[in-house]
Amino acid sequence: MPFEEAVERFDPVMGLEVHVELSTVTKMFSGAPTEFGAEPNTQVDPVSLGLPGALPVLNAKALESAIRIGLALNCTIATECRFARKNYFYPDMPKNFQTSQYDEPIAFDGWLDVEVPASEDGTGEAFTYRVQIERAHMEEDTGKSSHVGGATGRIHGAEYSLVDYNRAGIPLIEIVTRPLTGAGRRAPEVAKAYVATLRDLLRGLDVSDVRMEQGSMRCDVNLSLRDSPEAPLGTRSETKNVNSLRSVERAVRYEVGRQAALLSAGGRVVQETRHWHEDTGLTTSGREKSDAEDYRYFPEPDLVPIAPDPAWVEELRATLPEPPAARRRRLQAEWGFSDLELRDVVNAGALDLVEATVAAGCPAAAARKWWTGEIARRANAEGIELASSPVTPQQVAELQALVDAGTLNDRLARTALEGVLAGEGSPQQVVQARGLAVVSDEGALTAAVDAAIAANPGVADKIRAGKVQAAGALIGAVMKEMRGQADAARVRELVLERVAAG
Amino acid sequence: MSGAGDLTRWDAARIADALRAGVVSSVEVTQAHLDRIAAVDGDAGGGVHAFLHVAAEQALAAAAAVDADRARGAELGPLAGVPIGVKDVLTTRGMPTTCGSRILEGWVPPYDATVVRQLRAAGLVVVGKTNMDEFAMGSTTEHSAFGPTRNPWDLERIPGGSGGGSAAALAAFEVPLTVGSDTGGSIRQPAAVTGTVGVKPTYGGVSRYGLVAMASSLDQAGPCGRTVLDTALLHEVMAGHDPYDSTSLPGEVPALAAAAREGARGGLAGVRVGVVRELGGEGYQAGVRARFDEAVALLTEAGADVVEVSCPNLVHALPAYYLIMPSEASSNLAKYDGMRYGLRVVPGGDGVTAEQVMAATRAAGFGEEVKRRIILGTYALSAGYYDAYYGSAQKVRTLVQRDFAAAFGQVDVLVSPTAPTTAYRLGEKLDDPLAMYAGDVATIPANLAGIPGMSLPVGLAEEDGLPVGLQVLAPVREDARLYRVGAALEALLVQRWGGPLLERVPELAVTRTGAGA
Amino acid sequence: MSVISRPEVAHLARLARIDMTDDELDRMAGQLDAVLEAVKQVAAAVTDDVPATSHPLPLRNVTRPDVVRPGLTAEEALAAAPEVEDGRFRVPMILGEDA
Ligand SMILES: [Mg+2]
Ligand SMILES: [Zn+2]
Repeated sequence: MPFEEAVERFDPVMGLEVHVELSTVTKMFSGAPTEFGAEPNTQVDPVSLGLPGALPVLNAKALESAIRIGLALNCTIATECRFARKNYFYPDMPKNFQTSQYDEPIAFDGWLDVEVPASEDGTGEAFTYRVQIERAHMEEDTGKSSHVGGATGRIHGAEYSLVDYNRAGIPLIEIVTRPLTGAGRRAPEVAKAYVATLRDLLRGLDVSDVRMEQGSMRCDVNLSLRDSPEAPLGTRSETKNVNSLRSVERAVRYEVGRQAALLSAGGRVVQETRHWHEDTGLTTSGREKSDAEDYRYFPEPDLVPIAPDPAWVEELRATLPEPPAARRRRLQAEWGFSDLELRDVVNAGALDLVEATVAAGCPAAAARKWWTGEIARRANAEGIELASSPVTPQQVAELQALVDAGTLNDRLARTALEGVLAGEGSPQQVVQARGLAVVSDEGALTAAVDAAIAANPGVADKIRAGKVQAAGALIGAVMKEMRGQADAARVRELVLERVAAG
Repeated sequence: MSGAGDLTRWDAARIADALRAGVVSSVEVTQAHLDRIAAVDGDAGGGVHAFLHVAAEQALAAAAAVDADRARGAELGPLAGVPIGVKDVLTTRGMPTTCGSRILEGWVPPYDATVVRQLRAAGLVVVGKTNMDEFAMGSTTEHSAFGPTRNPWDLERIPGGSGGGSAAALAAFEVPLTVGSDTGGSIRQPAAVTGTVGVKPTYGGVSRYGLVAMASSLDQAGPCGRTVLDTALLHEVMAGHDPYDSTSLPGEVPALAAAAREGARGGLAGVRVGVVRELGGEGYQAGVRARFDEAVALLTEAGADVVEVSCPNLVHALPAYYLIMPSEASSNLAKYDGMRYGLRVVPGGDGVTAEQVMAATRAAGFGEEVKRRIILGTYALSAGYYDAYYGSAQKVRTLVQRDFAAAFGQVDVLVSPTAPTTAYRLGEKLDDPLAMYAGDVATIPANLAGIPGMSLPVGLAEEDGLPVGLQVLAPVREDARLYRVGAALEALLVQRWGGPLLERVPELAVTRTGAGA
Repeated sequence: MSVISRPEVAHLARLARIDMTDDELDRMAGQLDAVLEAVKQVAAAVTDDVPATSHPLPLRNVTRPDVVRPGLTAEEALAAAPEVEDGRFRVPMILGEDA
């Protein structure tokens, strides 16, 4: 059923579970390293392999990060909490239980204000949505299985799997919202804005590199529909590992449509986990959450309770950066951006980049043009996040400085950027190597102008007769002669000057 | 060397003195014990069968290294050069570690348990791995997948368990020292039924890193010896804080050998001893009660103030233990699934899934007692039953701790028989788990409360001529009291017997001539 | 009236990933019933006001600094694996996904 129709008929309720990998140098419960992309099974020790006899010891930095995240989410920090074992068998989980937190999370009862931008199609205003946070708890990541054989290399139809335990035991914080109600047709945007805001917040805390495409931030989307805001909650589906901002929005839209179709056809929604498929934009059924699923949680006897000293918690509170919303308001004022301009920057995920570029001496307006324009366009074409683009804010500032100095015109600047992206070095180096600088040699320029006039006597007469706009033809000819590497304004001056003189 | 056979009769302290004095070399001592093992240990079919693995070459190499260090005049620990057996539940780098289970058959750990690292660092010579009930689940060592250990006092009888191998190896003079582990009595009950000494330290007093877990909140590795002093000397080597174990106690290791020596010299004047009413009398074998009462009388003679104390909640300790232990075990043993190490059994048919391989592997790799406890624990933890079973058991644990706290308000140590009976016949209780579990009634409370406990021999039961053990319990971190009281009692008994009890252990038939390594 | 039924034991065996024959199930159900009969008294032994003890000693806040400690090489990690393929543990096909 089309989304618009679905949200007319039903009231969507969302619950978002976000898993964040902390950027500690060692694992949650052992001193094994956590380098991303290392050779398989090289970032392991007896603990991360779940070898007999191995015992966990909590990473102090991970605990500190968990508390700072809790505080940033306006949570209450537990005065005492414990770890628990979540028991279930899975080959990428070395102990066949996950050490997590159950009824005693480190942080609980918080909230996060999310600024939802006006909708692209202009049908909806920008507004602020307060997401209620149920809990944030500490746990460990699993290993990674790659599935061999079968069509897509995906789990279904695979003949066997290969497991790499480098990721097993990497510290995770799971952030769980309370049911998000009242978003109505804006639900997909609210979901996306929440995850984006959370990502900025975590980046600001410097606790994770929050690379959704690398899986260091993963989102599970719970969604259910009900007839009206007064009706009891409906049966939910849990769509796992939705790993880009755009996908979060699309997955919510898709599930709303899918469930609405089921319900209005008199069917029922099955409580199950579903898999999101980036390529098709569809979710497919995964495991049904059968009642056989009994995790047999109990307090982890190999770890002792955590009782953070309140004084320490207050010290950590003092280390929190400015909240994203406040920061955005401040930067908008400093940069003099319109709401629309700021929205584009935020939506492009370019806020940090623009800030860094401005800090490197670039005018705010120019920084915005680069990051939301040319660079965003190329990043999109590459299918990478803007933050992963090879060009640095420093380089963008340098590029703009060359433009402002008249060394490059816009066209040349874009060519220079191309070179930087291609790894040919700094803008300055690219300009040298490719010989891109605007020709400022008056002699050469004047000669070219005279040649053009001589070649087009008719045009010169028109100009002398007052048809100044005819100069365009001569300017074009000169620019062509100079292969574009001239300052068009200066060429225009010279043309008028020489015509008058001649 | 002539008289090398005698060396195996020496206790660890005497061997250590001889090594220091240069009377013997560690290689000689080690070879003598390897020969003894070769002569009497036999295998699953016959003999004591205390060892699952003997590492002769590695042991002799380690011994030679200690001799070399000594020759260089290097600074050496008090037990440097003394042979030791390690229960097969502790990981040993480059030496198989099976926990008495098919599922780990042939597994060679890539790391040493902290305790094993401490032994090696102190120059002890690890000669091999001792037999045990599978994953330490049992009180007879009959649940070892590799065949039972037999009691040197009577090869038809159980050596206790789960650490029957570590206890029998001492009683058979195969090694002077062994390491055991105690979750509900697996060090103390085997000590009692083999006439040896065994100590369960305060929980957290000895590192659990590398001790393959059965029930994490109850497990504790500990020292086993033929004398109280030997046991104290080994305990000091094993004790201490370990940053790799979150439950390891910080702080200094108490002077245990000193406490043992003091106890052996002086009497027990002013020491308050409590006899636990709930751990004795009804249900205890007559010969056990008789020896225990005599020992208590000796304590009084030695100047101790002996009173009876009551710990009413101990009657709930056994049921609570048989809920907590299997619950934790069901989770700790989930890792044995045939995916990363150990046995893998692939059922027939194509399209076999990981899930099916796990279930087939665990079905083939685990013995009946292990399966029983895993299922029991899975039940106790499952939704709907948790509060009534696991939850209630954890509350009983609080009550047991309170009872002990109250008792130790009145007395310095508590005493009881270690086990209700002497060694029973192999196979006798194999089909009656409840009857076997009941044998742990006196040892379990210490594990629930985390307090230290010792078993030492107090004689032979009239009716069957088999060893009887007395248990001493002390408050948390007061392990030294066990050694002081234990050594004092030991001294009085040895005087009365005119020699160590183990001098009366029957000479074992030589199953093989000591070819050695 | 038994505490635990045979179908329950079968369900638990599935949860615990242990294949059991019908004979094993019968035997196990009988033994477990006897054990549970003996241990269920704990529920009656305690009251709500008694706190649960999950750790024998009251330790708190045990952590380690975020510093790399020597671990295992890939060779050591894979040495005991039943099956290895290009540096990874080879396992039979996995049904269903969880994270
Ligand atoms: Mg979750
Ligand atoms: Zn999670």
